[in-house]
Amino acid sequence: MSMLDIYRALELGDEKSLLCGKHLADLGMDVIRVEPPCGDKVRNTGPFYHDIPDSEKSLFWFAYNTNKRGITLNLESATGRKLFKNLVEKVDVVIESFPPGYMKKLGLGYGSLRRINPKLIMVSITPFGQDGPYKNHKTADIVNMALGGFMFLTGDLDRPPLRVSFPQSSFFAGSEAASAVSLALYHRTRTGEGQYIDVSMQQALVWTGMTSRPAWDLYHTLIKRAGPYRQFATGTRQQQTWQCKDGYVALVYFTGRAGIQSQKALVEWMRSEGMSDEYVDNVDWETFDMVTTPQDFYDRVDSVVAVFFKTKTKKELYDGALKRRIMLNPVTDAKDLLESSQLKERDFWVELEHPELGQKFHYPGPFVKASGTPIQVKRRAPLIGEHNEEVYMKELGFSRKEFLLLHESGTI
Amino acid sequence: MVEKKRRTRKTENNALPLEGIKVLDFSWAITGPAITRGLADYGATVVKIESLKAPDVSRLSTPFLDRKPGVNRSAFFANYARNKLSATLNLSLPRGVELAKKLAAWSDVVVESFTPGNMKKWGLDYESLVKIKPDIIMLSTCSQGQTGPGARLPGYGFQLVALTGYAYITGWPDRIPAQPYGAYTDFIGPPYGVLSIVSALDYRHRTGKGQYLDLSQLEASLQPLGAVLLDYDINGRVMERQGNRDKSFVPHGAYPCQGEDRWVALAVTNDKEWKGLCRALGNPAWAGETRFTTFLERKKNEEELDILISRWTKGLSAEEAMAVLQKNGVPAGVVNNPHDLREDHQLNSRGHYWEFDHPVLGKHYCDAPASIFSKTSARPRRPFPSLGEHNDLVYKEFLGLSDEEISELVIEGVIEIT
Repeated sequence: MSMLDIYRALELGDEKSLLCGKHLADLGMDVIRVEPPCGDKVRNTGPFYHDIPDSEKSLFWFAYNTNKRGITLNLESATGRKLFKNLVEKVDVVIESFPPGYMKKLGLGYGSLRRINPKLIMVSITPFGQDGPYKNHKTADIVNMALGGFMFLTGDLDRPPLRVSFPQSSFFAGSEAASAVSLALYHRTRTGEGQYIDVSMQQALVWTGMTSRPAWDLYHTLIKRAGPYRQFATGTRQQQTWQCKDGYVALVYFTGRAGIQSQKALVEWMRSEGMSDEYVDNVDWETFDMVTTPQDFYDRVDSVVAVFFKTKTKKELYDGALKRRIMLNPVTDAKDLLESSQLKERDFWVELEHPELGQKFHYPGPFVKASGTPIQVKRRAPLIGEHNEEVYMKELGFSRKEFLLLHESGTI
Repeated sequence: MVEKKRRTRKTENNALPLEGIKVLDFSWAITGPAITRGLADYGATVVKIESLKAPDVSRLSTPFLDRKPGVNRSAFFANYARNKLSATLNLSLPRGVELAKKLAAWSDVVVESFTPGNMKKWGLDYESLVKIKPDIIMLSTCSQGQTGPGARLPGYGFQLVALTGYAYITGWPDRIPAQPYGAYTDFIGPPYGVLSIVSALDYRHRTGKGQYLDLSQLEASLQPLGAVLLDYDINGRVMERQGNRDKSFVPHGAYPCQGEDRWVALAVTNDKEWKGLCRALGNPAWAGETRFTTFLERKKNEEELDILISRWTKGLSAEEAMAVLQKNGVPAGVVNNPHDLREDHQLNSRGHYWEFDHPVLGKHYCDAPASIFSKTSARPRRPFPSLGEHNDLVYKEFLGLSDEEISELVIEGVIEIT
């Protein structure tokens, strides 16, 4: 039993619709990715299995299509569009991320589809939404991260602003879209009404700016990017990412109970190893206020902490943090994550089989642990047209002869 | 240019998906409150449980009205607490826990973000609450989940951005990682929280069954990194930070424009866009040189190319650069600063900024959710609550306590009044 296993969705478009469908599929929904006959262009996105560029070996495709079924369908053909409408009759949700107006131009916009299926929930995921001055803007991840306000705040001030080196923007839009679909489903469960949802990736990204937009409103100051530092609206900054013996760790000082205990424990640890000094020993963390504390306090304390961290490895510092309850985390990389004892104890990694490659790989597991209806990551991403027979012959009722004709005519 | 607003947020009283759903909210800081904000925005009655002695750290976060700190003066808090109610409750007293249980009996959903073990210590964990309300849906969220060696280590997004791998892959290859701005993972988790709770509500509506949801922000934050993790598992490769480079695209980066700290980000993802870029730059002679004619050549000479493009962008404002590039079919965008965001035409055409008025903070603006629904869009219903503003509403009206009972609880310190 899964939370959403009575529902079914069609998912189409580019990389922007992948995560939405994946997470609904994680919750049990039957999500069918609809690709053009030669497969989605997304399948050309690396990295690849053993660096072999192949539309069935894209790790990007593997990662964000688990639990889905896959069919091919040519929407540019009239027969293809008719078949799509037949499928729409049988589903609850349509997820798409084409440019605004594309589905409508094909006669497959919400207005048309809801005449076929009045209870349909349709969600469109685009960089800026269906309307507005930017709706036809060409984008890429770095452009989205720029227009969403993230980049201005990230990186070192003496160099250009930065994005995260792995694309992020599609995923913010995807998880937002999935949560929006769940709201629409619940509304429909209670009232019988379907509806249309228009998701803007830019709006989702704006939230990553945290205090900076309100700070502009109230203080008319711009928070500047501060690299490995945490910058306050007041202008002061504290070190956030620190060098250690074999890498880096993250730690900031905090006001409040957890912060007080953490800072005291850190000072105690340094003192026990003879690495503190009188100034740091005498800091009253109970009255410390992270926002109003002057810069020279941070610089002074940071200088002692920085020396201490450099004498220890990531593992030593994190083990000490766990033992002493210091709010410190190592700056981990992919290897650290796959080896993490926390994730292993949580049974986070799921082994999925790829029979055509003769191997099993470790996939990220459930995004939440649900006691009554556990999420299961059961199945690897579909191959091109993997479920064509199931869907077209078994579910839509085409005979094998008709099915072959659909294939030969380029409809599927 | 006249913008046709064909699909704007309804300002009339359209139905909301979570009307009538009651949420008991013990959460604090960012992730938990962002989840309950996602519920409040869509019509749920969210009762935020607060303490006078130890207010939510977000109430103490800048920016403040007139730069003066105060629990009802933070515009940051306002953004997360809009559409919610506030009641005070002292959980360190046995009668406080009793009262919390009465509130749980009244609720459909309970949300908390304490360090694992705290709710159990108070007798308010799922096992206890499910005895009071068998179909309760409870969500606990914290950095690493309820179990495991890291469970009891408190943390905020500032550290978690390191533990989740995002800090390592942000920054310049020749420098210490720059880490994404702020408590980045606090913005990845919340949609997963809303998705989990609302799906659980749907399931409960159909089956009568509630359940417990253990949302580890680490596990939610790893979902978008699937391809990076597979690259290590399958290829043994650890992804490194690359500045603004992308191995599949060139040119790709942020280029300086006129003015202080003004930049335009652009990416050329195919030959057609390369030709568009050349046109935008006025077809300079260097664009035709062999060292730039193919993708492979451009990749080899990327640094030079960046310098040449910068010479062009430096002569324009970021807005002009974006406009010319877009006109020629090149993905490009202004690196929006917070001021730009406030004025952004696209965001404003989406009705992104909700205006509120609050008796202490005064007029202020909050960010709307990212989705416009044709029937059940979120809307601003009430500004953030002052601390303890709704004690009467919650204890008298919702729970039906008498005036005498409430006075007693106030005297005992169970309900703190401001």
